[in-house]
Amino acid sequence: MGTGEYSYNSKVEGNVVLTQLDSAIAWIRKNSLWPMPMGLACCAIEMMAAACSRFDIARFGAEVMRFSPRQADLLIVSGTVTYKMALAVKRIYDQMPSPKWVIAMGACASTGGMYRSYAVLQGIDRLLPVDVYISGCPPRPEALLDGLMKLQSKIERTASTRGIFRAAPA
Amino acid sequence: MNRQNLKARLDAEFPGLVEMPPEFRGETTLVVGNAGRLPEVLRFLERECAFDYLIDISGVDHMNETPRFELVYELYSYGASQHLRAKARVPEESAEVPSACDIWPTANWHEREIFDMMGIRFAGHPDLRRILMWDGYPHHPLRKDFPLEGLPCETPDGHFTQAAPMDGGPFVTRPAELAHQREPRSKSPL
Amino acid sequence: MPDLAERFARHAEAYNASCPEAERLVLNVGPSHPTTHGVLRLVLELDGETIVRAEPDIGYLHRGDEKIAENMTYNQFVPYTDRLDYIAPLANNVAYALAVEKLLGWELPPRGQAIRVICCEMARISSHLLGVGCFGMDCGAMTVFLYTFTERETLYNLIEMLTGARFTTAYTRIGGMTRDLPDGFVPGLRKFLDALPARIDEVDRLLSRNRIFVDRTKDVGVISKDDAVAFGLSGPNFRACGIEFDLRRRHPYLGYEKYDFEIPVGSVGDCYDRYYCRLQEIRESVKILTQVLDSLPDGPICVQDRKGVLPPKDRVLTSMEELIHQFMLVTAGIDAPPGEIYFGHENPKGELGFYICSKGGGVPYRLKIRSPSFVNLSILPKLLSGHMIADVAAILGSLDFVMGESDR
Repeated sequence: MGTGEYSYNSKVEGNVVLTQLDSAIAWIRKNSLWPMPMGLACCAIEMMAAACSRFDIARFGAEVMRFSPRQADLLIVSGTVTYKMALAVKRIYDQMPSPKWVIAMGACASTGGMYRSYAVLQGIDRLLPVDVYISGCPPRPEALLDGLMKLQSKIERTASTRGIFRAAPA
Repeated sequence: MNRQNLKARLDAEFPGLVEMPPEFRGETTLVVGNAGRLPEVLRFLERECAFDYLIDISGVDHMNETPRFELVYELYSYGASQHLRAKARVPEESAEVPSACDIWPTANWHEREIFDMMGIRFAGHPDLRRILMWDGYPHHPLRKDFPLEGLPCETPDGHFTQAAPMDGGPFVTRPAELAHQREPRSKSPL
Repeated sequence: MPDLAERFARHAEAYNASCPEAERLVLNVGPSHPTTHGVLRLVLELDGETIVRAEPDIGYLHRGDEKIAENMTYNQFVPYTDRLDYIAPLANNVAYALAVEKLLGWELPPRGQAIRVICCEMARISSHLLGVGCFGMDCGAMTVFLYTFTERETLYNLIEMLTGARFTTAYTRIGGMTRDLPDGFVPGLRKFLDALPARIDEVDRLLSRNRIFVDRTKDVGVISKDDAVAFGLSGPNFRACGIEFDLRRRHPYLGYEKYDFEIPVGSVGDCYDRYYCRLQEIRESVKILTQVLDSLPDGPICVQDRKGVLPPKDRVLTSMEELIHQFMLVTAGIDAPPGEIYFGHENPKGELGFYICSKGGGVPYRLKIRSPSFVNLSILPKLLSGHMIADVAAILGSLDFVMGESDR
């Protein structure tokens, strides 16, 4: 901090919160996740239940379901990913702007689940990086909310400015 | 229309072509001797015997039997509230049957599904493409010699499949005389 | 009333003739799109805003259920039936169990049948609530969706009480059910049934005479009677065309002939009729459920066949014979006779049929699932052409399909 108008001023005390830029950004990000609901099968119904009045995902700031990947930063893969669908999921993920996160909701999306068969991709992590796996077939809406909170605490720990303010190599 | 009546009419129309095995669980089944003439029989059933509704078509793979495949048509008559099954064997070498699309439009997707899953072709079908798997998938999954876990493949349009990890399973039993032969064993293609 | 379906077809044909190929626009909808209720993909060929050709592409949720069924015993396949029509899993469980029981030649004792009727009708209410709610949402009425989903949550609580899971229930077994009705279930269901009609009236008032909703659904997506038969439609979509056909009435099973209920029938076969049929069916299901609860018989819920149904646990641990039966049932499965059957069940979406080809033993040789959604979707190429692109949402919503069942 240099001198001048940015220096400590007792007159503005009380209106200023000092924090690290990293944690401010992380706080903003984690509380305004815009999910892209990749509703593929049964789990999509529980995801809808999580969005409805009883469970109300809006309490976690993630109620803005966007069906356009360009407007979303969280991909919730809910349901069985078949090989025929896999490339479409990958393509949607690629279209999402960074930073982006992925939740694999339910056994099918995580590992293929009970569908050990010729048509089912055995876990979406063979194609995409997954941040949170939620167990259950299907997981209850509470489990989805729990997974969301896990993701929020992961985002909280992310240092997003580290790459920007790194000292230039000598 | 009762069984005897129906059999008599079919015999008059198609001498020696149609057999009627004994009733099982109250269901009437017709076995058509020649799959190539199956649509003729179906058309007759639809026009003359008022079986106006096609419920479903299934394909069955009787592996190690000749002829290998079997087509099973489930028909229904609204007027008479009557169910009827018509089926015919299809040999593997010439797995092609005339299509029933012009009798019932609903046959379109059922036939596409059987082509996809079993590899039986339907002559005269307006749009015989795969329906459940993607175009270009090389196998017919419901054939008995296709393993449940699938076979790895890669198609030029970027699609791929890998074999699912089965860890020796699934463990299934087979009909057999002796108890130890009925024990569950891991299922490999027949 | 002129034949609208025919008029739309003529319209599309005229467009096709007048418009050169190059002026058409091909629009891809799905497989991930909010109006497609899952993973249906539509390739629409447009002339301006009019659809001249529609090509549905399904199979994005093809999981190989039929192949899986050939690799397990009859009871092991029950959980997979949950995931066919995952909006009404209890009805699928019942349909599958009834199909296998038909193969085995078993019939349930009266209490078991009554419980299965409860399952079917609860599933029907649950499915139609979602169907009506989603259809409302597709036509721009968000509130209805939130209302009906709140009712479904109450229903989910009851189903959880009964089966232990919210909707992947796996409740039936071949020859019975996993457990009897728990304490407190009947009063809970009665309370729900008392409260539901008021909610349905509310939905009715919100939608049925709402100008926006009516304008978007009346005379849109008309299916003629002949087309409905030719394309093999079933369920509410079929009845909306004016054909009184219900398997519960025509070929009664589970003692449906004992209950007094109406079959709602439409007149035109448009989107509005399909919606209204569903709404009325919820009311009829409430009637059936009330009658079942009033006349709930006592007695066993499972078939009295010690070689077919798992014996009670205390008997297994104390009696040699029961232990052997349990062992045989778990390892080898039920010994089914060779033969083939087809059983059609009136599911909320239409006729869910199982064709089972058995060569003896505990594993089906071939199990074909005749899913209503698959067949109902096959009319789309004919139904969509000639409509405006904005009607796609209304038509798809009114058909009320589930891809899990369609693709299997």
